[in-house]
Amino acid sequence: MSDFTDAVLALRRRGRRPGRPASPMARREARWGYAFISPWIIGFVLFWAVPIAASLVFSVLDFQLTDPGATTFAGGSNWERALSDPDTWTALAATFRFTVLFLPLSLIVALGLALLLNSKHLKFTGLFRLLFFAPSMIPLVAGILIWQQVLNPQTGWVNRLIGLTGADATGADGIRWFDNPVLVLFAFSFIGLWGIGNSMIINLAGLQGIPTELYEAAAIDGAGWWRRLRSITLPLLSPVMFYNLVIGSVLVLQYFVVPWVLFGASGRPGGASRFLLVHFYQEAFVFGNMGYGAALAWLIFIVVAVLTGLLFGTARYWVHYGTERS
Amino acid sequence: MNTDAKPTDVKHTDAAVRRRRRGLLLTGCTTLGALLLAAVFLMPLGYGAATALKDKDGVSDPNASILPVSALTFEYEGEELDVYAVPMPGGEVRELALVEPGREASVFVDPEDPGAGTVDWEGRWRTLEPVTGLDPQWGNFEEAWNTIDFLRLMGWTLMYALTTMLFTVVSSAVVAYGFARFRFPGRGLLFGLLMATILLPPAVTLVPKYAVFLQMGWVGTYLPLIVPQLFANAFNVFLLRQYFLTIPRELEEAARIDGAGPIRTFLRVIVPQALPALTAVSLFHFFYAWNDFFEPLLYLAGNREIVPIGVGLSYFSGVYNSEPHLILAAAILALALPVAIFLAAQRVFVRGIVVTGVDK
Repeated sequence: MSDFTDAVLALRRRGRRPGRPASPMARREARWGYAFISPWIIGFVLFWAVPIAASLVFSVLDFQLTDPGATTFAGGSNWERALSDPDTWTALAATFRFTVLFLPLSLIVALGLALLLNSKHLKFTGLFRLLFFAPSMIPLVAGILIWQQVLNPQTGWVNRLIGLTGADATGADGIRWFDNPVLVLFAFSFIGLWGIGNSMIINLAGLQGIPTELYEAAAIDGAGWWRRLRSITLPLLSPVMFYNLVIGSVLVLQYFVVPWVLFGASGRPGGASRFLLVHFYQEAFVFGNMGYGAALAWLIFIVVAVLTGLLFGTARYWVHYGTERS
Repeated sequence: MNTDAKPTDVKHTDAAVRRRRRGLLLTGCTTLGALLLAAVFLMPLGYGAATALKDKDGVSDPNASILPVSALTFEYEGEELDVYAVPMPGGEVRELALVEPGREASVFVDPEDPGAGTVDWEGRWRTLEPVTGLDPQWGNFEEAWNTIDFLRLMGWTLMYALTTMLFTVVSSAVVAYGFARFRFPGRGLLFGLLMATILLPPAVTLVPKYAVFLQMGWVGTYLPLIVPQLFANAFNVFLLRQYFLTIPRELEEAARIDGAGPIRTFLRVIVPQALPALTAVSLFHFFYAWNDFFEPLLYLAGNREIVPIGVGLSYFSGVYNSEPHLILAAAILALALPVAIFLAAQRVFVRGIVVTGVDK
């Protein structure tokens, strides 16, 4: 298991170590330890703990941003509104639809590219690693603008390439990537796949960490490529895949920049770009409904917490814990 | 004996040759496949570069060439003449400039050899294909640079990226040292809490933070973006702690015996030892800041004069959406510096990514 997941799981293990009487030296060490981590503790309280709690308070207030004195108690009305607002359900649906499409897609592509880069049959590995990683270094907004043009129905290369096969891609009934609520998810995915470099590199490092003796032994036993992938590579790579899955799902549930740059708060086409965070941003900071916004933010918090909790809960069934560490 | 051995020998080398050939074939196919995949993956970049160099007509015409081309012209006796592909009676096709258009017959001149005089041609010139040549519009970049006020965007972006880089690297290194080297009650729990902030959605903190920053008069300035960076960041702490753990303790013990306190030890022993990790974290943060969109959009709201490059680009694309060549030129300007830095510092970078995701 990676140290990252280990650290998070430590939150569930408490009181493991019996308290020992602290020697003066140990107390001195502890004081220095707290001193060194104090910037983070202060930051955690100021920018995480207090705001999260305050958000909960805000969500039961009708907060007036320009005149805080006029704030009134709203009870559960913001929460009621959050759950009955059709836009919330549109946003939840849009977010989940895209998550279900993009998360597996990005995990598989990142794994596929890593397997390719790790293949002993590939020449110029360094060059290919660079080529596949490079788009991740392109500033996101620049990447979005490039994809917006390359997917232009009439003049973009994607449709013109599809047109070469004889399909009517560029015409009036052509492929309109940004006007169709399903196709637009693929447009989002293409843009997302450009940022896959990090997971690819992490997968690659994981693959390189698998002892070659295992493959040699399997080859002697007559295991083919697919069998070796299923029985050696995937289990041993599962901690890395778990890390990518957790980070990926947290990021995709907070998807914002791409839909915002392409469609603003319009939700076009057909609500497909009204993601949870777009909905929240518009309500809280465009319309100034701070109380309602706080309720939506807590809703996002709950969605993310439930999903990551589920992922951590399933980890024990499929994430391979190293034999050396029990 | 001799005659017996020969066939098996041949068979043996045959198998080896076949195996080698199969290996070569696999290598060829894999590498070729990877090349194709890379071409598809990077195709939009080629499109962006080609389109950024087109003129406006070349962008909007769906049948235009994929490269930035324009009709060739030739200056003859003080006039700009269009060049056409003219089929000559002999069957060859010559590229000639149209001097005197006529209904059924026209007069041309050879741009290669204008001294040879004019060429008369029978036929309708309107049926002729104009000759095009590569004509990259480098001026697009200049126009995009000026329209977007690129220097101002760069200036603010660099100010933001470098200030916060300094703040976050210093504070994260201090915190990481605390977690790496000191034993104190609750260390595992606190570290887990720190890691959990990676998973927490920042949205849940924004409403109260925004309200407070607004009361403090910080909204519309960089303060809400810069000040929180003084308090360490989970990713950076994690990466630096992993690195600090690999530094041998003997070095610190030697310093302690010489009478150095924890602060001196940190500055004199750890920081010099951890320069590669500190560089990696600095680079990561630089890219993060260059890319940062949501928080600048939120906290700088209404102050278009000071937005960093991501937000600036999105405003620009909203206003200039009928001029894709300028948008793409601006996008390429925006990606030039980060990509150049990445190419120069690739190694540090890749190692840093590995540390965050893989068991050490």
